[in-house]
Amino acid sequence: MTRNGIPALVFHVLVMAFMLAPLVIVCLVAFTPENTLTIPTASFSLRWFEEVFRHADFMQSFWNSLLLAFLAATISVGLAVPVGLALTRFRFPGRAFLNGLFLSPLIVPHLVLGVAMLQLFSMIGATGSFWWLVGSHAVVVTPYALRLILAALIGSDPSIEHAAQSLGASDFTVFRRITLPLMLPGLSGGWLLSFINSFDELTMSVFVTAPSTVTLPVRMYMYATESIDPMMASVSALVIAVTAAAMLLLDRIYGLDRVLVGQR
Amino acid sequence: MSGPGATPIARWAPYAMSGPAFLLFATLLLVPLLLTAILSFSQFDHHSGIKAGVTLQHYAVVITDEFYHEIFLRTLRLSAVTTLICVAVGAPEAYILSRMSGRWRAVCLLVVLAPLLISVVVRAFGWSMLLGREGLVNQLLELAGIGRQRLLYTESAVIVGLVHIMMPFMIIPVWTSLQKLDRTTEQAALSLGASPVTVFRRIVVPQVLPGILSGSLIVFGLSASAFAIPGLLGGRRIKTVATLIYDEYLHELNWPLGAAIAVILLIANLLIMLGYNRLMERRYRRALG
Repeated sequence: MTRNGIPALVFHVLVMAFMLAPLVIVCLVAFTPENTLTIPTASFSLRWFEEVFRHADFMQSFWNSLLLAFLAATISVGLAVPVGLALTRFRFPGRAFLNGLFLSPLIVPHLVLGVAMLQLFSMIGATGSFWWLVGSHAVVVTPYALRLILAALIGSDPSIEHAAQSLGASDFTVFRRITLPLMLPGLSGGWLLSFINSFDELTMSVFVTAPSTVTLPVRMYMYATESIDPMMASVSALVIAVTAAAMLLLDRIYGLDRVLVGQR
Repeated sequence: MSGPGATPIARWAPYAMSGPAFLLFATLLLVPLLLTAILSFSQFDHHSGIKAGVTLQHYAVVITDEFYHEIFLRTLRLSAVTTLICVAVGAPEAYILSRMSGRWRAVCLLVVLAPLLISVVVRAFGWSMLLGREGLVNQLLELAGIGRQRLLYTESAVIVGLVHIMMPFMIIPVWTSLQKLDRTTEQAALSLGASPVTVFRRIVVPQVLPGILSGSLIVFGLSASAFAIPGLLGGRRIKTVATLIYDEYLHELNWPLGAAIAVILLIANLLIMLGYNRLMERRYRRALG
């Protein structure tokens, strides 16, 4: 029942091509056998991927980013679950303030957060500390976790909890047997979304990483401003692969369309 | 899990539950932002660094110096053009998507929106390859007989990159308001003899306007503070407010001046977000009666 005319479809194809072009070119060039940024035509090669795996700095940054994203996502979900319960199940003075505060990293530019944290870290001597970096990432990804958890809690019926309570279940049992299972999709979706956002975060990290804690996006940014060779394309292709895997999981668990378009 | 303020425990429970998160946000968001605000009023000279004493000098410099005017104006111009292009392309695209049939629509929506989750550095790098001297775009231009152009490290390159990053932020709110659109109103208007153009102008556009406006707001705010795109596609020449702050902090090491610019950026961002939002809400409510 497509009711779009031919001009509309042409326009649509052009927009899709525009959105996909940079990603497709990265994935193609990643397989070039040449020394320059060329699209492979005759043969494909994995030599630049091998180069990445031999590049100690890139590998270290990759593991840094993976661990960082894992910890930041876990902490933000761990903090967002009780916050979500407090915001949805209670009415209390300061509720609107807390709600705004926990969502505020979405509207405060990451650049401003970055310089602010750089100053704090240098004052307290935390520059280069991995754990403070984890904390800073937890702050910027908490809104993502909180939004999905809030959506799951608002969507679930509190009368089920009341029923369990009136049948004699303890608060903890109600949480473990009813509330938690009901918000599990939101919780795991929130974890994955937080993971992706931490793994990709560049602007704030530029300011708060030190040589030993440089994350993959920061390493790539630095590398791209200095030299450009096909290895950069291979790293990018690997990043796309990791993100795509996380997105696929997110789609299975929560529905990618719901994450991207739903619950705003 | 009881009702409001039933017992003393229930009264304290929400605060205890929000406590750990509040502690993290106070330490790593409120305190650092406050420190930056204070730093922006600190005295500084290039020999001895930050000194005691309060000054408005850094704000005065930014407001009076031509050099900073140019950077601020360029940032505003880049963000405005990006926003306009996103409206002109994103809004019709959302409309076209909403008129597609089920399966195709889901696939196309994903293609358009999924880049949102892919690292900005990767996408910027992709564009720098496409727009480079030997890039695909230049090869196409040569085939078309226009000849090679200098594309990379120009304002146009920055705009192309920004539009790519921001497009999903425009399509999502427009798409959301299109979902609320009642299709029978369109059909009613058509059956009463309105032309498709009239239906679009008088029925579709007014109803998606709030979506377009909130999309513009987000796109403008994010563009004005974007860092990776101007950094990678604009090069050293095309300085924006974001890359200026970066330079003041990490190259010039004039933190108080950098802090003043960061505070201006933050306040401008918050004002646009809050003020514009309120204005549009009011106008929308009045339009609905």
